[in-house]
Amino acid sequence: MRDVAVIGIGIQRWGELWERSLRDLWVEAALNAINDAGVDHVDSMYVGCMTPGLFVGQEHLGSLLADYLGITPVPATRVESACASGGMAMRAGFIEVASGLSDIVLVSGVEKMTDVDGGGATYALATAADGDYEVYNGVTFPGLYAMMARDYMRRFGLTREELAAVPVKSHANGVHNPHAQFQGAIKLETVINSVMVADPLTLMDCSPITDGAAAAILCPLDLAAKFSKGRPVVKVAGMGAATDSIALHSRGDFSTLNSTVIAAKRAYDMAKVGPEDIDFAEVHDCFSIAEIIVSEDLGFFEKGKGGKAAAAGETAIGGKKPINTSGGLKSKGHPVGATGIGQIHELVTQLRGEAGKRQVEGAKRGLAQNMGGSGGSSVVHILEVK
Amino acid sequence: MSVPGYWREQPQRYRYEANRCKSCGKVFFPPRRVCEPGCDPANLEPCKLSQTGKVLTYTIIHIGPTQFADEAPYAMAICEMDGGGRITAQLVDCPFDKIEVGMPVRIEFRKIQQDGHAGILMYGYKVVPG
Repeated sequence: MRDVAVIGIGIQRWGELWERSLRDLWVEAALNAINDAGVDHVDSMYVGCMTPGLFVGQEHLGSLLADYLGITPVPATRVESACASGGMAMRAGFIEVASGLSDIVLVSGVEKMTDVDGGGATYALATAADGDYEVYNGVTFPGLYAMMARDYMRRFGLTREELAAVPVKSHANGVHNPHAQFQGAIKLETVINSVMVADPLTLMDCSPITDGAAAAILCPLDLAAKFSKGRPVVKVAGMGAATDSIALHSRGDFSTLNSTVIAAKRAYDMAKVGPEDIDFAEVHDCFSIAEIIVSEDLGFFEKGKGGKAAAAGETAIGGKKPINTSGGLKSKGHPVGATGIGQIHELVTQLRGEAGKRQVEGAKRGLAQNMGGSGGSSVVHILEVK
Repeated sequence: MSVPGYWREQPQRYRYEANRCKSCGKVFFPPRRVCEPGCDPANLEPCKLSQTGKVLTYTIIHIGPTQFADEAPYAMAICEMDGGGRITAQLVDCPFDKIEVGMPVRIEFRKIQQDGHAGILMYGYKVVPG
């Protein structure tokens, strides 16, 4: 297997982009990545997207997007694993370069969510849960994560204030991210007093509906130096993916995401590092409770201590283990299929030392954790400066 | 929802049909063809999900999906049924402040949703304090 590097990244400011179409958003991000890398062609491409059929009535994205990027007849396909679609597209591209099949691969993600109303978006997103045995009976995604939060709070004594510290921290980081949907700080009381969505989670515990795209260019590590333009070369040191039961009720433990535990172990093993060697991380904070549980399942904190760590500032920039320096899904936005590649964008930005006011000093190794549904799938990547 | 799609699930929604692995005793609802890799499918025998159980975790949904929007706020719980098998169901006929983890519940047959004003009525299970 060949070593793989990320040589280009592209994104735009995420948000409610009424005037932009799916293809328009995606092509902009892809061109940004191609220009950033300085490549004159790509051999193959993958696009992570959860459900363009339900959101905009369009499938067959591989051909559509290759066509609009002007790169037909390259092989192109969509990768789907609910909200982990972007991370899984990254994985597919990594495998293709590592195998030796292709040298220059475009990996990307996109979701155009605002063409449907709130009910339509809720319906589309709910297809990531068990349709016949969860959604049929009335559960929503905030409801599933609320049931995790209830279990976690009862067992580990997590307080409402500690839980609210997560979105407060994420928004504080998002202030410094020009690509974030929300670039404003929020207060603890704002989170606690905002509209109740699914008890105990309020609106400000939940990531938003977002339009956006992100892209990255991968190549063999041996070729990466010629595209570096004096910037640090970023190697994909580790990758791991795993699944779990799609229905939350089938899991043994509602306060652990086993797919994340296993995906992380696989990524750590490949990179030959442990959680203590990670300088910063982007994690899938679709809901505030998810960031706490994931920060423990990645091995950053002992089970039950993640909320206390967040409240104590340990996950803030300048803290012991900065998490979601980009603002995370909560502040940066969560265009579901694009999120996993958006995380890779932030990792590379930090590792190149180009993150401006949100820069983690001395960042040499970062981890991205992207997850589908209520944790039915997870994918973890570890990137490091070579 | 498509009529065949609704009709297909009736054995579970109307009669709580499940199955059980004779080797490990695990109860599957809905029934599965495979317990775990290497497990002989002949080890799976039909059984019925117990109609009594207890709440493992719960939430009060204040903003519901379109089909349930008029019912909000409503409670949902993950329940472990006696003898095995788990469900996610609405917890009804109980004030929200009386709901607690560990409380006994039982399954009742109830209307779950309807397809607009002219579409099919859809039934299934909810749980009530047991």
